[in-house]
Amino acid sequence: MTDRALDPREAAITWHHAEEDAHDHGGSATVLGFWIYLMSDALIFASLFAMYGVVSTAYAGGPVPREIFDLPLVALNTALLLASSITFGQAIPHIEEGRVGPTRFWLAVTGLLGAAFVGVELYEFSHLIAEGAGPQRSAFLSAFFTLVATHGAHVTVGLIWIATMLVQLGQHGLTGEMKRRLVCLSMFWHFLDIIWIGVFTFVYLYGVIR
Amino acid sequence: MSDTLLKTIFGRLGWESFPVHEPILLGTFFVVVLLGLAVVGATTYFRLWRYLWKEWFTSVDHKKIGIMYIILAIIMLLRGFADALMMRAQQAIAFGANEGYLNAHHYDQIFTAHGTIMIFFVAIPLVVGIVNFVMPLQIGARDVAFPFLNNLSFWLTVAGAILTMVSLFVGEFARTGWLSYAPLAGIAYSPDTGVDYYLWSLQIAGVGTTLSAINMVATVIKMRAPGMTMMKLPVFTWTALCSNVLAIAIFPALTAAFFLLMLDRYVGTNFFTNDLGGAPMMYWNMVWIWGHPEVYVLVLPAFGIYSEITSTFSGKRLFGYSSMVYATVVITILAYLVWLHHFFTMGAGPGVNSFFGIATMVISIPTGAKIFNWLFTMYRGNIRFELPMMWVVAFMLTFVVGGMTGVLLAIPPADFVLHNSLFLVAHFHNTIIGGVVFGLFAAMVYWFPKAFGFKLDPFWGKVAFWGWVVGYWIAWTPIYVVGLMGTVRRVHHFDDPSFQPYFVIAAFGAVIILVGILGFVMSIVMGFVRREQLRDVTGDPWDGRTLEWSTSSPPPPYNFAFTPVVHDLDAWYDMKARGYERPMSGFRPIHMPKNTGAGVILAGLSLTLGFGMVWYMWWLAALSFVGLLVVAVGHTFNLHRDYFIPADKVAATEGARPRLLGMGA
Repeated sequence: MTDRALDPREAAITWHHAEEDAHDHGGSATVLGFWIYLMSDALIFASLFAMYGVVSTAYAGGPVPREIFDLPLVALNTALLLASSITFGQAIPHIEEGRVGPTRFWLAVTGLLGAAFVGVELYEFSHLIAEGAGPQRSAFLSAFFTLVATHGAHVTVGLIWIATMLVQLGQHGLTGEMKRRLVCLSMFWHFLDIIWIGVFTFVYLYGVIR
Repeated sequence: MSDTLLKTIFGRLGWESFPVHEPILLGTFFVVVLLGLAVVGATTYFRLWRYLWKEWFTSVDHKKIGIMYIILAIIMLLRGFADALMMRAQQAIAFGANEGYLNAHHYDQIFTAHGTIMIFFVAIPLVVGIVNFVMPLQIGARDVAFPFLNNLSFWLTVAGAILTMVSLFVGEFARTGWLSYAPLAGIAYSPDTGVDYYLWSLQIAGVGTTLSAINMVATVIKMRAPGMTMMKLPVFTWTALCSNVLAIAIFPALTAAFFLLMLDRYVGTNFFTNDLGGAPMMYWNMVWIWGHPEVYVLVLPAFGIYSEITSTFSGKRLFGYSSMVYATVVITILAYLVWLHHFFTMGAGPGVNSFFGIATMVISIPTGAKIFNWLFTMYRGNIRFELPMMWVVAFMLTFVVGGMTGVLLAIPPADFVLHNSLFLVAHFHNTIIGGVVFGLFAAMVYWFPKAFGFKLDPFWGKVAFWGWVVGYWIAWTPIYVVGLMGTVRRVHHFDDPSFQPYFVIAAFGAVIILVGILGFVMSIVMGFVRREQLRDVTGDPWDGRTLEWSTSSPPPPYNFAFTPVVHDLDAWYDMKARGYERPMSGFRPIHMPKNTGAGVILAGLSLTLGFGMVWYMWWLAALSFVGLLVVAVGHTFNLHRDYFIPADKVAATEGARPRLLGMGA
């Protein structure tokens, strides 16, 4: 419509759109905005990773990774979180087709797996603190606890979001607004998976082999 | 009551937390209370509370939010400048046997508060406010992408500012410099509330700034008028885009650094401590990865302002538009690669220092290109030396000197001599006053008629201009000189009396700047008094070139009755040149976002959360945190966030607008 009007030789120039798009604040801006937010959040994690990288061998005579990391437990936790991303993926076709029941089912499964992840993490933390390997012991442990707990806090926020969505899906069904929120939630959830893969590799695996 | 119960309720807040023994603070307190009572009384007397709440505090209109940001910044400017006058007075008299009127403890708080307030609560809100007001109008949009988020961002900034101001009368502010360097800012060396006030107020305000930046970027990308391709964006919008992209890239580093310092102070971790493996220099790295680009976050929009004004008042298309855009983008990228020049003396080695020194010098190339673009825009232009254009000329003359001393400081061996000297302090005041502040004043004079429908009083505007420009040079030239002679910064007393004349001249210069500030306030007051003579009925008082001048002054809530279609870089100039006629019929209902009080409530809870954490009132902090969660989640249950302005109301508004003058010329 505008291409034709771009020609300056044409007598009638279009200065305005007669037809108004009823929804200026549509979903696409929200999804873009949420993407940008995720990038800024990624930079917070990047800063925490950098901090960890700088002090990752500052043991201050305290415990070293090999002594305190329980790899089988962490592997279980990793499996829980990755599985939760798969179950969220199961919900996506149902969201697109507008099937509320299966969407809520898969969201609930995702939430349970996420809650299990947070539970295992809390168990790991309490175990470490009981052993005397708390965040105050050395800069290495400060950075370890902060990085992993910041991720865990994000997962917890995701759980609150899932619970909220379960209620709102019951109230409104899969309206456009709800679909947009679920798209953002799914990006958030997969983003946390990617961060966790970084934590698992860089903190746990690399910590144990060196 | 038992001591433990008192401690549970009030944390570490006690009678001794109130500085009743400080006559300066006590006097300030009474003045603030009297002024506050006068404002509250007047608001109640004129029954304005409901109007303020419904039309302003809860507003999601980007224009009103922009104006509120600017009001906040001007109020905080008065506070920050009062700090500056106190420092100048102290340094002018504290020589030899004279200890001055401020002790070191108080002086340290003043220079910390001055820097913190001037950057976080003056420069940032001014830039954000002007971007908020102007940018959506320039791209032909009806609002920003996320109107509620915009309101929330503003109130979070206010909450941060209030928390900083509370520290004046309850407890004390940080004594650790405007970036609160570790390990000094750690709990071991700063056990009082100062650094906690600093951290919480800046974290709360920082969340607001980050959210605002995301909002602005999404707005520019998604909400441009049809036909406005990226290379048809007005230069100010381009600089606003780059500035906000940069803000998104840097604020996470600051948030993380402050978060880790908070953990050190509250949990007892060892990130930036001297023992148990802590790495204090990591704090410096992280805050300067934010800090240096932040300078460009502030100055890029100022460059955009100068571009708009130069083009308008030279009556010419901007010279070298595309080179201006590329220079802006290059500065955005290079800004991220220079942070280490703030601590060459850390000892990173010649290789690292050379890299950061050269990267710093390279920034002067795109910046220099911009200066030449403005000069060539003026060349053979039909220049009108009205107030905004005067600010532009003053900027070019002042800023170039600041840029050159910056290149000088970028040479690592020179920096080893000048590090932490007053020469450095003079350099960054030269760039920030000469670059950012002059630009923001130019912007306020230029866009004021658009916001309020009348121009600022030109006589008092000139008083403001000459006060600032002359005052700047008299205040800061002597500081350059004593800095080059080796005087260090952040000192409240000097031994060598031969420096005293320089500091007396500098104090005199600060008083002239005060004349400039009061002149600006007077130009608003007298502009309001003489508003009928200064009224802008055309919507286009300066013969502008971009879309914001195509709508009325002040613009209607919906900005544009019809979304404009853009064919040329200077869209409004193009419309005027080709005989555009404003449509007077065929209006349709306009879809608009609804006002909401959720932003004020969330920011208020953030404020009580911060206050509770500063004073160790854990119950208050926990309650506020739970409140934040409940209100934030609760807000998502409200799906009625928009309404339609009916077509007949749009027609009435448009019909009431005076016919545009000078059309079809």
